[in-house]
Amino acid sequence: MGANQLRILFRSLAESARDLLPIVVVIAVFQLALLRQPIPNLLDLLVGVLLVLLGLTLFIRGLEMGLFPIGETMAYAFARKGSLFWLLLFAFALGFGTTVAEPALIAVADEAAKMAAADGVIAADPAALAGYAKGLRYTVAVSVGFAIVVGVFRIIRGWPIQYLIVGGYIGVVIMTLFAPKEIVGIAYDSGGVTTSTITVPLVTALGVGLASSIKGRNPMVDGFGLIAFASLTPMIFVMGYGMVAG
Amino acid sequence: MSGLLAALLGTLRDVLPIAAVVFGFQLLVIRRPVPNLKRVLLGFVYVLLGLALFLEGLEQALFPLGRLMAQQLTAPEFIGGGAELLTRPLGAWDYRWIYLFAFAVGFATTIAEPSLIAVALKAHEVSGGAISVWGLRIAVAIGVAVGIALGTFRIVTGTPIHWYIIGGYVVVIIQTLYAPRLIIPLAYDSGGVTTSTVTVPLVAALGLGLASTVPGRSPLVDGFGLIAFASLFPMISVMGYAQLSRHLGRSRGAPAGSPPKAP
Repeated sequence: MGANQLRILFRSLAESARDLLPIVVVIAVFQLALLRQPIPNLLDLLVGVLLVLLGLTLFIRGLEMGLFPIGETMAYAFARKGSLFWLLLFAFALGFGTTVAEPALIAVADEAAKMAAADGVIAADPAALAGYAKGLRYTVAVSVGFAIVVGVFRIIRGWPIQYLIVGGYIGVVIMTLFAPKEIVGIAYDSGGVTTSTITVPLVTALGVGLASSIKGRNPMVDGFGLIAFASLTPMIFVMGYGMVAG
Repeated sequence: MSGLLAALLGTLRDVLPIAAVVFGFQLLVIRRPVPNLKRVLLGFVYVLLGLALFLEGLEQALFPLGRLMAQQLTAPEFIGGGAELLTRPLGAWDYRWIYLFAFAVGFATTIAEPSLIAVALKAHEVSGGAISVWGLRIAVAIGVAVGIALGTFRIVTGTPIHWYIIGGYVVVIIQTLYAPRLIIPLAYDSGGVTTSTVTVPLVAALGLGLASTVPGRSPLVDGFGLIAFASLFPMISVMGYAQLSRHLGRSRGAPAGSPPKAP
């Protein structure tokens, strides 16, 4: 490793340290000043913070080397190829594939199944619980795939994003009126859990890449917005699932 | 060490479907060599390794402490202000330290959120530097902080969540009509990106702890919903930030409709 690379590494480590500083300050202030408790396992804490620091630095570096370029390269390649079918299929696969195995979603689905059983919507045996949770997971994954497809189509057509979002809001409000009360909180949260740390950079790069390679599209106005729509549709689909399943 | 290995395997499981989709389409449909393939693959390895280290570090150090603090702060002894039993029922004001903690944790975890860093870097690049990385991140973090603080207030008071969410939607729609056109899609996206690796576990612990402490709340029904607040309010704060920058720019004589300039 040359002196130059070493300097870059140190600079990115320092940037990561600045990113983490607020958490450390918040925890220290509340723990020492308000709760007046010593910090347990100080050594473990320091080792953990060091790991987080190193991890964040590597992640950001990998983002700029791998995720951003591949997302953009693929967007350019699809735009050049001019095949709408393959682009939309790719969009669906990306949304569905990244969501269906998402650990946060699996946790939420299990929680929702327990709640449905407690309400007597489904039988309280493990098979029924697992079936309900699995169905919910696939529902959300399909809804994210669908959202990315619609979002990509919107970039190609140049529709303003607010039409999709406001339309989605109306969907959420209507579903809230009819969905079982217990599922509403989980449904609202499901929108937030579906967009993972790896999906976000990739999908953003895809959107911005598409918008910059299609004539007449502005990467700022048309390139962003995919994530927003992908966090809105799961709410509607989860409430729908709560009404239909069981 | 075994924890690190487990984190690495977990991250691998997350990355595999994505890598399969990306490289599958690349090989079968696009059929063009990827420029700098070696570099891209190395980047994927960095992402994998970085995320695993990041998660393991959080799990080892920050999450246990954060959960412990959420428990301590929501414990009835702390809220009651000492060992003596209160003769009056607890009011919303007695939980003031929790709102403050929710605000601080929401802000601090959002600043460290890797996917927000990614989107901010991209927005900075695409806007030609008009949107500063830190300006966007701080605006989003304030939104998350206010959202989570309000969310804990909702758990304490027990008001139905949908009134807050629908009210937030109305504000978002009104702001959409008036905010600078360039910021709108980015503001919408800021809602979705804030809630991933760092924020969710801490905030979920806070919500569940609070819902099991406050009399009359059920963790199952009231413990959820904080994430939804954390994804709604950044939209409002980012559009608000852009509107404020434009307003300040105008009163200083800048041309109307110019992109927001970060401080």
